Amino acid sequence: MTIKQLSIFAENRPGRISAITGYLAESGINIRAISVADTKDFGIMRVIVDNTEKALKALKANNCSVTQTNVIAVTADDTPGGMAKIMDTLYKENISVEYMYSAFINPAKNVACLILRVDSNDSAVEALTEAGFGILSEKEMLEF
Amino acid sequence: MAKYWNEEIECMSREDMTALQNEKLVKQVRHVWDNVPYYKKLMKEKGVTPDDIKSIDDLHKLPFLKKDDLRECYPYGLLAVPLKDCVRIQSTSGTTGKRVVAFYTQHDVDLWEDCCARAITAAGGTSEDVCQVAYGYGLFTGGAGLHGGSHKVGCLTLPMSSGNTERQIQFMRDLGSTILCCTPSYAAYIGETLKEMGLTPDDINLKAGIFGAEPWTEEMRQEIEKSLGLKAYDIFGLTETSGPGVAFECCEQNGMHINEDHFIAEIIDPDTGEVLPEGTKGELVFTSLDKEAFPLLRYRTRDICVLSKGKCSCGRTLIKMTKPMGRSDDMLIIKGVNVFPSQIETVLLKDFNATPNYQIVVDRVGNSDTFEIKVELTEDMHTDTIKSIELLEKKLSADIKQILGIKAKITLCEPKSIPRSEGKAVRVIDKRKVYNN
Repeated sequence: MTIKQLSIFAENRPGRISAITGYLAESGINIRAISVADTKDFGIMRVIVDNTEKALKALKANNCSVTQTNVIAVTADDTPGGMAKIMDTLYKENISVEYMYSAFINPAKNVACLILRVDSNDSAVEALTEAGFGILSEKEMLEF
Repeated sequence: MAKYWNEEIECMSREDMTALQNEKLVKQVRHVWDNVPYYKKLMKEKGVTPDDIKSIDDLHKLPFLKKDDLRECYPYGLLAVPLKDCVRIQSTSGTTGKRVVAFYTQHDVDLWEDCCARAITAAGGTSEDVCQVAYGYGLFTGGAGLHGGSHKVGCLTLPMSSGNTERQIQFMRDLGSTILCCTPSYAAYIGETLKEMGLTPDDINLKAGIFGAEPWTEEMRQEIEKSLGLKAYDIFGLTETSGPGVAFECCEQNGMHINEDHFIAEIIDPDTGEVLPEGTKGELVFTSLDKEAFPLLRYRTRDICVLSKGKCSCGRTLIKMTKPMGRSDDMLIIKGVNVFPSQIETVLLKDFNATPNYQIVVDRVGNSDTFEIKVELTEDMHTDTIKSIELLEKKLSADIKQILGIKAKITLCEPKSIPRSEGKAVRVIDKRKVYNN
């Protein structure tokens, strides 16, 4: 069970993040999670939105270079050690994490949602489910 | 001090020069016809035979030879003697596509070095001089040509090649170099380094510099003359015609005398191919007159310039060409290396399986060329990770270096961020002012 993420290539210059989030705003798209990875010259803005198709269309219409990737939204206890447990589970299964970030959503009191990009979605979902972590579907992402 | 390397030729009357050229041209055309099937075919297509070429007045009847012909004939297609008679090759940089490989017999090497000896002599060089050759050695004609010319003149020759600038200056000081041969941008760089080292032109002994292989302006000449305390002379040539020394500057420093006993120059309209009268700006075309291995008839240089006859105050009667004023094709000379946008397109096509929008930006910062390639990154070119983009950038950078021989700064940019003009992206932005127009 994975969710769709959009990655937008952006030059590292003033106004780019403002412009890209602006395109989403104009189309009435709500951002559920966001992260920006940057280098000296460029960055990649990754977003999970409430309407991927619409967002993709809006971004492309504004000449953005966008790619789509499937990532995992995993929930964990918002308590000390919650994150470490997820990482430990993945490490034991020999699954590499490319990157991760937290989502804006709050599925329940004291529950955090983490977006994970790993080298194998299937094995990660299996391992995390077995270890008792919750995995959110796209529908669930919208509900909270 | 000898003023001329070969006074008889350099100061020959127009009648005698024409007679000499007539005689040599007839022979050269016959030599090509007999030994270069490729050009023979071009002549046949134009309905010309060697019998039609009786003097230089018939030159216009011959077909042009273009860079594309050289490419098509690579490597041996234009060779006019058996390979065993050749003693040398020289080549332009680059590994594919537009590379030119020229062949030389011993006679050709002698002829070429003789041309360079004339240039060194015109710059005031004699056997008393210490000549520091800081052109690149190797396949590039700059090092080999001036090195050979310097030997002929009898100068103490310092085969430095380019680079290692502090060492260049140290040799200059220790051995009292009086003549410097290199590209103008490298000369300017040596001048800057000299200053950075806390030295002045008084600390070195240079009196003349012979600078070529790339376009340069009068402003640059003045700057170099000031920073190195010498007189700067231009020299012209191309690998196709043997190398530097096809034309050289004299004490007047206002145009280069063409070695007309070896090369006939014509100016043509680049669009129609029509020969233009003396004094008109157009594309320079060279015909070799006595080359054995790699004779070229009516070779289009793509350099735009003006020719002028008439006796020069230096006493030479050899026709003069202005510094090139531009190009009639899209070739750029960056850091002394010939670069065609199509070469960059080839790399992009290979690395991306498609030609993305790109733009070449060339500038001159201080006296060094900067070379940037901007590429619009489309969605099929990247993934969601920084790593994938950095790998792409690295690969592109390495491939460009491999194909062109020089490094480019790769800048990945967003789609549609390169300005379009009438819907088409502007491929080349050359901010340098390398031509005096």
